[in-house]
Amino acid sequence: MRPFGYAAPATVEQAVGLLAAEGSEALAGGTDLLSLLKDDVERVDRLVALRGVAGLSGIELDGGRLRVGAMTTLQELRDHEDAIEALPALAVAIDGVASAQLREMGTVGGDLLQRPRCWYYRRGFGLLALTADGRSMAAEGDNRYHAIFPAGEARFVNPSSLAPLLVALGAEAVVHGPAGERRLPVEALYRAPLSPGERENTLAPGELLAGVEANVDGSRSAVYEVRQRRSLDWPLMAAAVTLTGSGPRAEKARIVLGHAAPTPHVASAAGDLLSGQELTSETVAAAANAAVEDARPMSGNRYKVQLARTAVRRALGHAAGMEI
Amino acid sequence: MADYSWPEADRRAQIGARPARLDGPVKSTGFAKYPSDQNPDGLLAAKILTCPHAHARIVGIDTSAAEAMPGVRVVHVIQGEGSEIQWAGDEVAAVAAVTEDLARDALRAIRVDYEVLPHFVTEEDRDGAPGARPAGERAEGDPDAAFATAHRAVERTLGMPQMAHMCLEPHGQVCSWDGDELEVHASTQAVSTLAGQFATELGLPASQVRIRTEYMGGGFGSKFSPDRWGIVGAELARKAGAPVKLFLERDQEVTVAGSRPSAFARIRAAADERGKLVAWDSDSWGSGGLPGTGQTPLPYVFSRLPNRRTRHTSVPTNLAGSRAWRAPNHPQACFLTMAVLDDLADELGLDPIDFLERNLDLTGRPDTYREQLAIAAEMASWKERWQPRGREREGALQRGLGVSVHTWGGRGHSSNCDVTVHPDGAVEARIGSQDIGTGTRTIVAQVLAETFGLELHQVRVSLGDNVYPQSGPSGGSSTVGGVTASTRRAAQDALREVLVHVAPRLEAEPEQLVAGGGRVFVDGDSSRGMSWREAAAQIGGAPISVQGRNPGPGRLISSGVGGVQIAEVEVDVDTGVVHVERMIAVQDCGLIINRRLAESQVYGGLIMGVGYALYEEWIPDPVSGRLLNADMEFYKLAGLVDVGSLEVHMMTGPGYDERGVIGLGEPPVISPGAAISNAVANAIGVRVPYLPLTPDRVLDALAGRGEPA
Amino acid sequence: MKGRRVTDDAKRSGFSRRSFLRGGAAGALSGGLTTGLLTGETASAAAATDPEATETLGPGPVEIELEVNGATRRLAVEPRVTLLDGLRDRLDVTGPKRVCDRGTCGACTVLEDGRPIYACSRLMIESAGRSITTVEGLGSPDAMHDVQQAFVDHDAQQCGYCTPGFVVATAALLTRNAAPSEPEIEAGLGGNFCRCGTYKGIRAVVAGGKGGGVSGG
Repeated sequence: MRPFGYAAPATVEQAVGLLAAEGSEALAGGTDLLSLLKDDVERVDRLVALRGVAGLSGIELDGGRLRVGAMTTLQELRDHEDAIEALPALAVAIDGVASAQLREMGTVGGDLLQRPRCWYYRRGFGLLALTADGRSMAAEGDNRYHAIFPAGEARFVNPSSLAPLLVALGAEAVVHGPAGERRLPVEALYRAPLSPGERENTLAPGELLAGVEANVDGSRSAVYEVRQRRSLDWPLMAAAVTLTGSGPRAEKARIVLGHAAPTPHVASAAGDLLSGQELTSETVAAAANAAVEDARPMSGNRYKVQLARTAVRRALGHAAGMEI
Repeated sequence: MADYSWPEADRRAQIGARPARLDGPVKSTGFAKYPSDQNPDGLLAAKILTCPHAHARIVGIDTSAAEAMPGVRVVHVIQGEGSEIQWAGDEVAAVAAVTEDLARDALRAIRVDYEVLPHFVTEEDRDGAPGARPAGERAEGDPDAAFATAHRAVERTLGMPQMAHMCLEPHGQVCSWDGDELEVHASTQAVSTLAGQFATELGLPASQVRIRTEYMGGGFGSKFSPDRWGIVGAELARKAGAPVKLFLERDQEVTVAGSRPSAFARIRAAADERGKLVAWDSDSWGSGGLPGTGQTPLPYVFSRLPNRRTRHTSVPTNLAGSRAWRAPNHPQACFLTMAVLDDLADELGLDPIDFLERNLDLTGRPDTYREQLAIAAEMASWKERWQPRGREREGALQRGLGVSVHTWGGRGHSSNCDVTVHPDGAVEARIGSQDIGTGTRTIVAQVLAETFGLELHQVRVSLGDNVYPQSGPSGGSSTVGGVTASTRRAAQDALREVLVHVAPRLEAEPEQLVAGGGRVFVDGDSSRGMSWREAAAQIGGAPISVQGRNPGPGRLISSGVGGVQIAEVEVDVDTGVVHVERMIAVQDCGLIINRRLAESQVYGGLIMGVGYALYEEWIPDPVSGRLLNADMEFYKLAGLVDVGSLEVHMMTGPGYDERGVIGLGEPPVISPGAAISNAVANAIGVRVPYLPLTPDRVLDALAGRGEPA
Repeated sequence: MKGRRVTDDAKRSGFSRRSFLRGGAAGALSGGLTTGLLTGETASAAAATDPEATETLGPGPVEIELEVNGATRRLAVEPRVTLLDGLRDRLDVTGPKRVCDRGTCGACTVLEDGRPIYACSRLMIESAGRSITTVEGLGSPDAMHDVQQAFVDHDAQQCGYCTPGFVVATAALLTRNAAPSEPEIEAGLGGNFCRCGTYKGIRAVVAGGKGGGVSGG
């Protein structure tokens, strides 16, 4: 790592003030950022440690509204019995991080805002990984873990474990910045960068993700991850679904894919197809097919289309409590 | 002529027992100091700058900024202007500084200008390889005629890519100079031979180089030489006048410090109506990086197959050269052969075990394999549970069983051992060997304790230092035979000397005396004896010191083993994810010194085998020429929960023990790739032609898009 | 379980007063929930107006204090030094090993205030005022922790380089749950990897010897 300064603010206001300065980055659990600094992929003048910032950590469940502070560790959330009872799919998403150490260190905010694992990005070729003459390294190279829904030249995948579920739930992100607090849908935290200098999240300089909130009553959710190893391993594909209404009919269905696109991928056509429908193996299969209808796999990741179909089918099955 | 032999079965106290490894407590408490843990006073940290291009020429290098940085002691150019670099990760320059971070800062300050040249890294693409060259062709019998008249034949194109050794302790060393004497704490498999290699490179007499390796964090065939970073580390230390620690970063370790060659082949095999193999034709190719690679032994195990033709092409790539990887060439040959035989059995409508049994006369040890196949089948409940391909269970999860056989040599290497008996009864062995995790320290102690009739804690073993008598590098399962032979011979000689002194006191001839249970006594009359301590006191004031030397195969050691493995897998046909449910290994290795450590070797082989069968591969990028997974995130080792249940049966006792000690490190890692691939084929009804069996490859095979180009 | 107890009694004011804040702030992490969560109103007025709290330390060495295996250690480290490198290179605590150095393999696992973490992915300055327990802190060759003894008994080690991390992770798992289920083992030990292939023995350690393993006798 190159040399950098270190500040440990006590309050959100202090943190925001520090982060507004150019070259400052927020340090949460450190499990991603330190690797990026070691690989010289990202550079900072100053790390702003959030570990000691008051009010960023904690879990509240109040009248069906779940609020989780961004600095809450994944393990703290996993150990919160009320939260897990209210939203069992959380346990699946967190357990997908099959490392006690990462769950103890990693935070909810860090999970949501971790940088892509794209091996071109991690080797210093940039998020879009374009050659000097503008060709896509991912498209021409090895893309077995890349997006099946590329967006422009962005071919990496969003790696968050929690984002698909939170997006499916319609969760809100609470962001603090120099201008105070703003709230936005979790999916609006993400974007596919269009030019090499752009990031894949929408936070402005000085802004800080403080937490997330979601209504967890009155819906059924599930997460299904396809991982090759049972030990620590990135999912090859993930699907999160939320069904509103009870019984065999889904009033509304939200289906979100992870590890499929540069952002959590909302499969709206698939969700629309199911909304108001009874869940049967036929309607579920139709939704799974619709979820990948507009997939554009590359030379080496066609198999991920099949994985997406399976993940959607299985997540729907789990959410509806049926054998699919 | 002195008689050197192992004690009879009913007289063994240590040999064949299950004592815990002696260095277990220091390892499990973190007290063991590995080479990378050495922190001598005044230590400097060194780092190596590598080339990011797979093929390039250095057109300029400027180290002045790095040299001017505070805390930087030495900047050393390894390959200067004009050098042609042939793989990404090749070493260009090195820096020694007061901390690792400062050394890394200095590397970033070195400016290197490259002229980037075209590269080739796609090893499976034989036809597109610019440097592909024929590397051997052989024929026996008349394969064309045999194929023409055969009852059934199959043709398959199969392959497995290059993979890494992935030693957890990276390659490297701590070098310290005292005048013109060099001491190296090296993470090596070759304590006794390393000094000479350092000396040659550094222009020193070998007598001035000391190598020390008390513990080391894994080698698997990749740590036999000082390597360029060893010599550079010594040079940096000499220039700096201070000790220098230089260990590779993980990405360097994966990229340049060890890989196993790939193997691809288009194979035809045929059998007659009775299920007897009658013809073989293989056209193979593979790469071990820039040097290409030689031929794997095809057909494997069934090497007496009558009508056969083999051709091989070596494919050089712009990747670092491969190294010996646990059982060199055998896992590849085993997979290529056993997969084709398994498919041929299916074509013939035969149970693969039945098919193998019908052809055991084509192997070097039919009786051993026959016995092992029967035991393995029994352990797996094969008869009750095996089903032909194509009988699917309901749902996405399909189960399958697969079998494979393998062979290895395992002859003891050259080894010398000093055994000393002190007048106070202390017994010690000094041997220039190394314990790379196999338990060498423990088995040498067992041989000592057995010979002198003592407990393990009463003997002392010193190894891991080249001041001790030369003993061979730990490779090819050669260590256990080498060190037990030299130790046993030295110990038997030393004991005989002691007995000569003791005999008059017991009014017996030395030949009548034996040592056991902490005593020396007349064989058959234990009342005529004395304690070991008393016996040792008879030797006078000076210790007895004897050197034993392994003269090669004889009553103590021999070579040549067989093994059979069965894998049971579960395949999710909707995701292509394979999980190994169960691995069964039946293995012989002659006389076993330590049952527990022997079993550990076999379990370890199975686990490593699950790794390369399912997860492990080098992934070179055709665009940049760099490895895309030079890390532990996308270079995937098998984890604790990925390996299923493991069962080991050691062939031991009468019929095996008489062969003496034979090495065991390699054989159990040979079959897993083949057995697991065969189990997957059994589960899903089609061959997945490539290892590792990743979801994309499994789904491709299921969709009928299987064979590699 | 015998052996030294893993405690959670850190004095979390580990930065030296001369160079840094007056303690307390770092302790807020587990300070529990207040009603003002997510609204930014929770900070105490005193802290919010303390100008020193936002002082930037480094990039040069910063004096810190932390507890390592029960002893208070004081040293000056640059902010960029990881806990792992600080332990190994500065304090000569070499039990934790540097293998992947990217938070994946588990060889560097230590306990921070009783919780298992990857020391390669924690800045040492972040552990100031906290209590670190490495494999050496669990026991010694003459007085091994139960888990360490079990690693010996079941031959759950070969070259031994992954062992320190596995021992610490296993101790943490068994402290959490003495009889973990298969999913709990996956969750607890999925983030540690061995190259020699010692999982059979480690399984037996986790099963308290009931799982067979590579045992003596």
